Amino acid sequence: MVDPKSVTEMVAQRRPPDLRRGALGWLHANLFNTPLNGAVTVVTVALLAVLLWPALQWAVLQADWVGDTRAACSGEGACWVFISARFESIVYGFYPETQRWRVNLVFVLLALLIAWLIMPRLPAKRWVGLFALVGFPVLAFFLLVGGSFGLEHVPTRRWGGVMLTLTIAVVGIVGSLPIGVVLALGRRSQMPLVRGFCVVFIEFWRGVPLITVLFMASVMLPLFVPTQVEFDKLLRALVGIMFFWSAYMAEVVRGGLQAIPSGQEEAAKAMGMGYWQRMGLIVLPQALKLVIPGIVNTFIALFKDTSLVLIIGLFDLLAIIRAGLTDSEWLGFATEGYVFAALVFWVFCFSMSRYSQHLERRLHTGHRH
Amino acid sequence: MNQAKAARDDSPMIEITGLNKWYGDFHVLRDIDLTVARGERIVICGPSGSGKSTLIRCINHLEEHQEGRIVVNGVPMTRDVKRIEQIRRNVGMVFQHFNLFPHLSVLENCCIAQTWVQKKPRAKAERTAREILERVQIADQAHKYPGQLSGGQQQRVAIARALCMQPEVMLFDEPTSALDPEMIKEVLDVMIELARDGMTMLCVTHEMGFAKTVADRVIFMDQGQIIEQAPPETFFNHPKSERTQLFLSQILGH
Repeated sequence: MVDPKSVTEMVAQRRPPDLRRGALGWLHANLFNTPLNGAVTVVTVALLAVLLWPALQWAVLQADWVGDTRAACSGEGACWVFISARFESIVYGFYPETQRWRVNLVFVLLALLIAWLIMPRLPAKRWVGLFALVGFPVLAFFLLVGGSFGLEHVPTRRWGGVMLTLTIAVVGIVGSLPIGVVLALGRRSQMPLVRGFCVVFIEFWRGVPLITVLFMASVMLPLFVPTQVEFDKLLRALVGIMFFWSAYMAEVVRGGLQAIPSGQEEAAKAMGMGYWQRMGLIVLPQALKLVIPGIVNTFIALFKDTSLVLIIGLFDLLAIIRAGLTDSEWLGFATEGYVFAALVFWVFCFSMSRYSQHLERRLHTGHRH
Repeated sequence: MNQAKAARDDSPMIEITGLNKWYGDFHVLRDIDLTVARGERIVICGPSGSGKSTLIRCINHLEEHQEGRIVVNGVPMTRDVKRIEQIRRNVGMVFQHFNLFPHLSVLENCCIAQTWVQKKPRAKAERTAREILERVQIADQAHKYPGQLSGGQQQRVAIARALCMQPEVMLFDEPTSALDPEMIKEVLDVMIELARDGMTMLCVTHEMGFAKTVADRVIFMDQGQIIEQAPPETFFNHPKSERTQLFLSQILGH
């Protein structure tokens, strides 16, 4: 079937045909390519308009934005005055007004550190990262708790709102990842004692609901330890949350470790690398990159579940908004409160999700296992 | 001092006596005795499953043996981790599937063990890496990631990575078996070059042309045993055992 004539001239290289068609072409190809699809498109758009228009009217067009008392609410749309009037307490909880600059300082520092770490162009990542993990928590602790360096002591029961939510989320995230990594490595260890401990730890914390963990930490633990020893309630909750999520994290990381071919470790061994070098330089960087979606998924779940601390009487963002709903002067603004809380949670979670997608693309080196 | 060094140079590079290994009940290596002199180039061949890869993987303890004694460069192998790592620093290895680190650039692949295992300063490690990448003719790819290179290029990087540690002996575990045919030559050329420079080499391969060109000794293994060993001339022209003859007729027959 093949023409026996041999090729005497190379076919010249050509540009690929241009298949882009502009906005109209795109519409035609994707939304109106058959009469049925055209009809579906029209119906969908109509439905969206019917559903979204009232929501938009309520939330934006007919909403009340300015004022500082209930009198500013016209009742036609949402009354965001409810949020703006309580904004201070939503952010700071019951933190003393004169001391709120300390919270602001911690917020600004945190934002700067995160910005520095996620912008690829800025230098000295290693030192900034080290400061973020070691120096910053200590600094934030002394700033927020006070009681030394001439700062007034602010007990943690006066913390609340966004500030408390972020504290729990950041401590949870920063604590659970390294503990999870260590547990994942331990579960794959050759040493039966280490492996056994990690398996029991992971299975225990994973098998218990977070609410139970929080209850145990706040109600039952004080019954078992002598009364002289007093742990802060927030601290107990933080430790519980950290252990709980590190168990999940361990399983996510273990999934990544198992996906790395054994040849990688063998090559590292063959060059005389020790266990921690093999793990830290070769296996973990690849494994963690592989499970970024799973890690961020866990972070997002952790972030949202910080709102469960309201059952042990800590006033996080959601709890403080709920508390505001019972204010006799502001009865009947539950929708605004919950919508605002949802929006704040969504902004944080969506940012994490977007950043993780960006990170995956940036770390891709043209290799697939 | 000089005398001591001379004595050391006379001592064998690798000494294996009475080596036995089992996978579960399966006896993979049976009574292996093998002495490799300094600068000697050995090619190990044999049918698949004959234990040839397992044998060279025992030399740097990627596989643990149950019986017998292995001495590498004067250091007897024990189960002690520090001892094993000491031996591994003198033994370079090249794998069938390259096993380059995909998250590191070619240059990093070559520097990482130098800086972390040998504790060399970064600049010095990089200089060594670039010299050796030059030697395997791949210096222009130093900034790329392994995933962006062809198989032949990756295997040359893998050889360079092992050489960067300045090993006394190099182990090759079927280095060309995973390569497309047109890439085999570029890897073999590098290995021939290395052999000419006097490197002690143990090479598991089916490239009989390579064996004829550089090997001092060809070893034939079957069912976990060394069946025959001879210089390539004798090995290819006058194989003694029947099994060797059969094997050679199978791989050279077409």
